[in-house]
Amino acid sequence: MSETITISPVTRIEGHAKITIHLNSSGEVEDARFHVNEFRGFEKFCEGRLVWEMPGITSRICGICPASHFITSAKAGDDILSIGIPETAEKLRRLMTLAQWVQSHALSFFHLSSPDFLLGFDAHPAKRNIFGLLEFDKEFARRGIRLRKFGQEIIEMLGGRRIHVPWAVAGGVRQPLEEIEKNQILSWYPEVKETAKLALDTLKTIHIKFQREIPSFGNFHSLFVGLVGENGALEYYDGNLRIMDSAGNIIADKLDPKKYFNYFGEATESWTYLKFPFYKPLGYPKGFYRVGPLARVNICDFIETPLAEQERKLFKTLAGSSEAVNNSFYYHYARLIELLFAIEKIEELMHDPGILGKHVRAKAEINSLEGVGASEAPRGTLFHHYWVDENGVLKKSNLLIATAQNNIAMNRTVRQIAMQFIERKKITEGILNRIEAGIRCFDPCLSCSTHAMGKMPLEILLIDENNNIIERKLR
Amino acid sequence: MAVKTFTIDGQQFSAQEGETILQVAREHNIPIPTLCFLEGLSEVGACRLCLIQVEGNNKLLPACTTKVEEGMVVHTNTEKLKKYRRMTIALLASEGNHVCAVCVVNNHCELQNLAYEVGLVRVRYPYLFPKKELDATHKRFVIDHNRCVLCTRCVRVCDEVEGAHVWDVAGRGIDCKIVTGLDEPWGDAETCTSCGKCVLVCPTGTLFEKGVTVAEMEKQQDFLKFLVNARKKREWVYEE
Repeated sequence: MSETITISPVTRIEGHAKITIHLNSSGEVEDARFHVNEFRGFEKFCEGRLVWEMPGITSRICGICPASHFITSAKAGDDILSIGIPETAEKLRRLMTLAQWVQSHALSFFHLSSPDFLLGFDAHPAKRNIFGLLEFDKEFARRGIRLRKFGQEIIEMLGGRRIHVPWAVAGGVRQPLEEIEKNQILSWYPEVKETAKLALDTLKTIHIKFQREIPSFGNFHSLFVGLVGENGALEYYDGNLRIMDSAGNIIADKLDPKKYFNYFGEATESWTYLKFPFYKPLGYPKGFYRVGPLARVNICDFIETPLAEQERKLFKTLAGSSEAVNNSFYYHYARLIELLFAIEKIEELMHDPGILGKHVRAKAEINSLEGVGASEAPRGTLFHHYWVDENGVLKKSNLLIATAQNNIAMNRTVRQIAMQFIERKKITEGILNRIEAGIRCFDPCLSCSTHAMGKMPLEILLIDENNNIIERKLR
Repeated sequence: MAVKTFTIDGQQFSAQEGETILQVAREHNIPIPTLCFLEGLSEVGACRLCLIQVEGNNKLLPACTTKVEEGMVVHTNTEKLKKYRRMTIALLASEGNHVCAVCVVNNHCELQNLAYEVGLVRVRYPYLFPKKELDATHKRFVIDHNRCVLCTRCVRVCDEVEGAHVWDVAGRGIDCKIVTGLDEPWGDAETCTSCGKCVLVCPTGTLFEKGVTVAEMEKQQDFLKFLVNARKKREWVYEE
């Protein structure tokens, strides 16, 4: 009667996870859980290291978004040195953050998610990948790969290589940008802008094509959290925290990100290594929130660049009577709006004469025994919090990672999709892929968020009311 | 002084009595890997990387401390020596906490270069992951014992060139470690002149400048030859 179906590994996510689906006595889905079953422990082994080394060490957390880690880590270092960094250094760090957004968002959309969208959720698993996409639409895939390359090239120009660049440091950055590199970046325009627009146009056709899936792809009420600029603009490097409810009401604003621990708590569950952050005033689990592109585009008042602002207004119409878009499927839409913004903003920065300044690093001794850095990683708000002794040696660290903050939301999404699509205890390949695709909306990075090794198997268990495993699929 | 004639790897050489095999090899561009040896400091033969084979002697001898002898037949690059050198580097790697990827001297590290040079592709000994400390109490410099290979270059440069003798070696076997003064925090060592010579001669990322990040520390060691030469020639001694 019971059978085991194996699917291994979970494809197109960053990290190691499994999903369990719990059925009641009548065979209906009662609950579904997203388990992250690896542990890396950066918080622990950073203890005893120097604050100056931390950007280099924490950039190793992730191969996709190392820039977010080293920039946030360097910001925590700035806080410990109590130092204001040179103007050019801030502009360069902003450039690096935007380049990181471009490469990560392009990867999420073109490489990881668009195979589902263009080939269909029920396409053969061997085809649902970037190679299948290349066969299906060579030009589209090629453009996506080149767009990611654009982001990666900026990262390489600034830091000397594409991943794990030890470039941002407490007090600024290590090298300035050269005129010739600036011109190289500008030579990518208008190609990259057109690719971003193509991605948005493609996604809009997908919105029509997947009418059956979209309503159950993580469509629920939650809070939204992210950084916004002083003027309410979409922010990626600095700014203050804003918290919005599912109806679009701003319930807290201008919160100092350095005091994040006053607003957010972290709950744990025995079945996963990924913690469950929540908004303290509402408690756990009621105070669960979403971060990342959907949250950021929801909470900001406007986007500084014209094309992205135009898209943001269109995006807001999806909210219906509410002021916030609650459906997690639209993470993809928000991500592409941010991609367009990043491309426009990089161009703007390239025309800022201050970007070529030569003074990029300030030096100071340890002036504070505690420091917090916060910035918007591609997947959401990232916090690095360090406690040091008077010599700069880390006594303790806390890393609050974007993916962890989406943990409850990812669990809800998995449950919603399972309830919608699993009928009579039967899991088909296409249903599995839909469940995975629900997770992919959030573009989770499990290696980041648990500090776990980056293998990617997904295990799905179908469990009955007596905790018997009816089906097990490993991929 | 008598001249000695001998062969190294089949080639005939002659050298002054008292010269070492390593000196002769360096003069004639015969590669012998070294780690604890640094020109300008006394030789201690501690790291065992410069081991050579001498016919008629069944022990392997360190080239840096073995003096030339008449009729000696020396081999510097046999399969046995290559194996032992790889083994030595592997043992050094396994008994410390050497994480090149996040080290301040990544790409500028003598231990890392030696590993490439001797062809070390994997460490087959279990890593000990010892719990070692980092002392950042000095205002300008840091010592990270995790990366120390106990070459004692710092001890020798401080004693022989700077004349301060801040560093020394304490403990035995696996507990052996470099200490400041009488095993006190570096920042408390009154004898330290903060000259930084120890930092520059250190072959790994053990001693480094405070504030540097991954792969940022490059060590310039030319100063040592300059100082030692000047001292030998009494360049700074003005006699009335």
